[in-house]
Amino acid sequence: MALEIKTATLQPIRNTFANIERRFGDKPASRYQEATYDLQAETNYHYRPLWQPQHELNDKSRTQIVMADWYDLKDPRQFYYGTYVQQRARHQEAAETNYSFFEKRGLAEHLPEAVRAHLISYLIPLRHVEHTANLNNMYGCSFSYGAAISQALLYNGIDRLGNAQYLSKIGLILDGNTGDSLAAAKQEWMQNPAWQAMRALCEQMTTVEDWFEVFVAQDLVVDTLVFNLFYEQLDQKLASMGGRDVALLTEFMQVWTKDSSRWLDSVLKTVASESEDNRVLLAGWVKHWREKTLHALHPLVTAMLDDSEALSIADRLLEERLKKIGIIQ
Amino acid sequence: MSKVYLALQDNDDSRYIVDAIVDDNPEASVIRQPAMIRIESESENGLVVRRTTVEEKIGRDWDVQELHLSLITIGGNVDEDEDQFSLSWNV
Repeated sequence: MALEIKTATLQPIRNTFANIERRFGDKPASRYQEATYDLQAETNYHYRPLWQPQHELNDKSRTQIVMADWYDLKDPRQFYYGTYVQQRARHQEAAETNYSFFEKRGLAEHLPEAVRAHLISYLIPLRHVEHTANLNNMYGCSFSYGAAISQALLYNGIDRLGNAQYLSKIGLILDGNTGDSLAAAKQEWMQNPAWQAMRALCEQMTTVEDWFEVFVAQDLVVDTLVFNLFYEQLDQKLASMGGRDVALLTEFMQVWTKDSSRWLDSVLKTVASESEDNRVLLAGWVKHWREKTLHALHPLVTAMLDDSEALSIADRLLEERLKKIGIIQ
Repeated sequence: MSKVYLALQDNDDSRYIVDAIVDDNPEASVIRQPAMIRIESESENGLVVRRTTVEEKIGRDWDVQELHLSLITIGGNVDEDEDQFSLSWNV
C-alpha cells in the first residue's frame, strides 16, 4: 500500500484582536501590540472609587497633561511582560558574572580604606534614592492612564528595586555579608548633613499629586543628574582613588540607564510635541524640579567630588537632553 | 532575473525584521506560512536588511548576525557586513 503524505495549510480565521485590527489594520500584530493597546478598562464601571469620587477608576484627568490618545506613548523597546523579563534576565546574568568575579578574586580586600569609606558614605545610601524612584514610578503606574505608559512605569519601578538591591549587594561585599555597611550607610542617609537636602527632596517628590509631574521630576530631572554624578563622575573619582574595580559592580546601572533613557526620551518627545500646552507644562515642571534638585545635590556633590564644576557638568547634560526632547529651545 | 528570497521563523524578533525589510524593500512580497515568513523579491536590487532600520523597529541595538538566529533558508549571493545583509544574484 502506498502512503501519500499531504500537507494542508490552514489559514488563520483572523490575524489579531478586533481592537488591534481597528488601530493597525488587518495584519498579523506583534505581541507588544496585543499586550498593550486598549488593555485598560474604560467602560462599564458600576461605581466611582469611594476614596476619590471625582475620578473614574482609570481616569485621564489625574494629570494636567492632555493627550488625544494615551496609547501614543508606546515603548520603543516594546516591552511587555515576556520581553521585559527575558531582557532583564540576560542583563542580570551579565551582572552576576561581574559580581562573582569580583568576589572570587577578592577584589574588595584590595580596595583602599578611603575608597571603602567613600562608598559607604555616598554610593550605598543611594539605595534609598532608588527606593524613592521605585515608589514614584509605582505611583505613576497606579494612576496613569493607558497600559502603554503604565506598564512601562511598572517595569521602571521594578528596575529601581533591582538597582537598590545591587547597591545593597555592594555593601554586603564590602562588609563580608554582615550588613554593617548597610547600617552605616543608613546612618549616613539619616544623619550626614550632606545627604539631608536630598532626603528631603525624595520625601517631597512622593507627596506630589499629579503623576506625570512625579514622573518628570524623578525619571527625567533627578535621574539625569544623579546617574551622571554617581555613575560617571563618582566612578572617575573612585578610579583616581585606586578603586577602579568598583566599576565592575556599577556596570549594571550604567547599562540600565542607557536602556531606560531610550524609552523616556521617546515618551516625553511624544508628549511635548502633542501640543504647546503640554510643552509649557513640562517646561514648568522641569524648571521647578531642576532648581530644587540642583539645590539638594549641591552639599552632597561638594562633599563627594573634588571637581567644583561637577554639578554644572551634570546640569549641562540635562540641558542638552531637554533640548533634544524638545521641552526647551 | 530570478528571484532572491529568505525565510525566517515566525517569532517575536522576526516580526520586526520583516517590518524593516518591507520598509527597505517596497517591491518585496511577504508570504506568511505556518511558523515561517518567506520574503521574496524579483527586483534587480535584490533584498537588503539594514541594521539601522531593524534597530528602529525592534527598539534596541541589533547585531546583523542575530538575523541568523531566526533564519531558515536563503536564496541568492550574500553580501554581509556590520550594517547590512543583502541578497542578490551575481550574474
